[in-house]
Amino acid sequence: MKMLGADAILRSLEAEGVDIVFGIPGGAILPTYDAFARGTTVRHVLARHEQGAGHMAQGYARASGRVGVALATSGPGATNLVTPIADAWMDSTPLVCLTGQVRSSLIGTDAFQECDITGITIPIVKHSWLVQDVDEIAAVMKAAFHIARTGRCGPVLVDIPRDVQEAELDFSYPDEVDLPGWRPPRRGHPRQIREAARWVAEAERPVLYVGGGTINADACGELKDLAESGRLPVITTLMGKGAFPETHELFAGWPGMHGPKWSNWAMNKADLLVACGARFDDRVTGKLAGFAPGASVVHLDIDAAEIGKLRNADVPVVGPLKQVLRDLGSELRRLHEGDTARRYDGWVDQIFEWRDEFPLRYSTDGELVKPQAVMESLQAATADRDNVIWTTGVGQHQMWAMQYLLCDEPRRFVTSGGLGTMGYGVPAAVGAKAAQPDATVVCVDGDGCFQMTGSELATSVMEDLPIIVAIINNGYLGMVHQWQNLFYDDRLSQVHLTHAVPDYAKLAEAYGALGIMVDERSQVDDAIDQALNAGRTTVIDFRVDPREQCYPMIPAGAAALELIEFEEGAETEGVRAL
Amino acid sequence: MRHTLSVHVENKSGVLMRITSLFVRRGFNIESLAVGPTERPDVSRVTMRIDCSQHSLEQIEKQMHKLVNVLRVSELGPGEAIERELLLVKVTAPPDRRAELMSLGDVFHARVIDLGPDALIFEVVGTPEELESFEELVRPHGIKELVRTGRIGLGRASAKPDAGRRLALIR
Ligand SMILES: Cc1ncc(C[n+]2csc(CCOP(=O)(O)OP(=O)(O)O)c2C)c(N)n1
Ligand SMILES: [Mg+2]
Repeated sequence: MKMLGADAILRSLEAEGVDIVFGIPGGAILPTYDAFARGTTVRHVLARHEQGAGHMAQGYARASGRVGVALATSGPGATNLVTPIADAWMDSTPLVCLTGQVRSSLIGTDAFQECDITGITIPIVKHSWLVQDVDEIAAVMKAAFHIARTGRCGPVLVDIPRDVQEAELDFSYPDEVDLPGWRPPRRGHPRQIREAARWVAEAERPVLYVGGGTINADACGELKDLAESGRLPVITTLMGKGAFPETHELFAGWPGMHGPKWSNWAMNKADLLVACGARFDDRVTGKLAGFAPGASVVHLDIDAAEIGKLRNADVPVVGPLKQVLRDLGSELRRLHEGDTARRYDGWVDQIFEWRDEFPLRYSTDGELVKPQAVMESLQAATADRDNVIWTTGVGQHQMWAMQYLLCDEPRRFVTSGGLGTMGYGVPAAVGAKAAQPDATVVCVDGDGCFQMTGSELATSVMEDLPIIVAIINNGYLGMVHQWQNLFYDDRLSQVHLTHAVPDYAKLAEAYGALGIMVDERSQVDDAIDQALNAGRTTVIDFRVDPREQCYPMIPAGAAALELIEFEEGAETEGVRAL
Repeated sequence: MRHTLSVHVENKSGVLMRITSLFVRRGFNIESLAVGPTERPDVSRVTMRIDCSQHSLEQIEKQMHKLVNVLRVSELGPGEAIERELLLVKVTAPPDRRAELMSLGDVFHARVIDLGPDALIFEVVGTPEELESFEELVRPHGIKELVRTGRIGLGRASAKPDAGRRLALIR
């Protein structure tokens, strides 16, 4: 069918089953926005900043498992997408970014709003295209979606000059991709899987160390079967949170810098780690040499480049985790036959003894609202809701969210793990709401983070994508404050934000949202209740104790057993979050 | 340790930048780089010489494999492959030194491809080590300019069809 390049872009999105995209228009992408105006089944959500659009697309992708799509114009529009692209790269989020580019004849001339966005993003995309011929559009769009979601998920970028959007072509969407160099692994090798099962069967203190790859692979059911049939304890990383039900009797917490002591002990004393779509990130391992020093490693991953990158794998299995975990589960069941399937019970009991001995703790001294208490209230108030999605910013509040908010299903905890992008939370929540309109979407944000992308409240209100934002307002760039406090003799440097500027509740009202300010303990539960029942975008400004620190903490570069623990207050709340 | 990598790539714009960025990012210098057509019009071959540890090399090889336009990565191991390079060198050659220079050239099968009043240009093809020896020998005569193509290589004809260490991809 004859049409313009711009229309071909939209017909391609439709053919991919895209229901929603997030973006902001501008000169170089005008023809494509005109195609939106002329009609499409694709809903366009107008963000207030391209970074917001990108994080919305990420939130959408993480909450749905589908590919997120973000649109921007050339130059500054495209560079504003760089942070979400880098974030999606680090956290393996499937993302297609479409950017307008100046006319082909102007490329390389420093034309108005020209910028080499394919060049800038080379290290942080799986692939990118500068579309030079209108006839390439369909094949490029097909390839873009295919690459974003196959193999290890991640971002791709399609840069389309304005004249290409305006040129005419004869459009038909291909059924197949033509990518001879793109061959993600299709199956884990049966011999390797048998070998992996043998190592698990022979281990005495195994731990399943589960990362975000398990969620991306849609392999959480298979993980559960494997864990249950072997009665293996499961630890999930920040990105893997929710891959295994956190109220399950075999769930053993979260590892790393702010993981509970008992989870880190379990990792540390294990004699076998089965890494499932996890990448031995330094925030998990601390000092590599001190990480699970007595453990052998079975490493399951779709990405061969993760094998042996940081930690040698005794048994590597490269393949899609859905199949690998399923086959490993059945192989393990075969091996266990005759033997008792309860052979690790002593080990599991040991872990849970540690759990009882070392709960998360915080002081309830004084009058101020404690951030951990807010988390407990949020958890209690939402525990009986079916479909709750949490998003977070980056900082102390994010770590408290990890520790106290329990997810029994995957795709319920949407956070920026690898890049640690402040400002991720609010737009990611808007995107998650777009993906799951029936879900209660709560962004647990920091006051610092909120100020980076809070303008997307406008998008939430105007696009009827209601979210709840719980600002843990400690008046500080809290996580930096914590490092200065612990590692720089409490010399605070450029971390004070103040509780009151801006007035978040008033700001929320200015955006047409509901704003609630909480500065007393007695108000916490009511405020949460009100927000949950408001049915519209709500911001709760929780003014919390500014000097509260997040414990336990393994200092950067230290080993798990060198963790800094909470110092007892006069009144201490011991929380067995699990 | 030094390694020679041979990379088959789709003949598309930007491929070279994607490959080199993997090295640049890790701070590795590419000592030589040669790109050119192959027996297939849609495929080019990139030959690169890098100084890095075995572990880094394996990492980069695997990362390279994930690049959409990369078709194959292999290492040309010493002994398993033939490597050649072309050198052009402009040497000071006043008439009274020419004969000496030319007989030097003969030893290396170097051709004189241009001759001026007080300089000449040699063309030499050989292994990179041979070129280095030649360079040292003519240096005392005064090298005005010198350029090398960077090495290219092929697995030996006597070896298995796909000579060179194919990346040990665990599949
Ligand atoms: C874009 C960006 N800039 C800077 C940082 C460094 N950083 C990490 S946490 C943090 C403080 C976050 O403050 P806030 O949002 O108030 O969260 P809190 O730690 O107080 O809970 C900063 C500045 C970052 N992660 N991202
Ligand atoms: Mg703060």
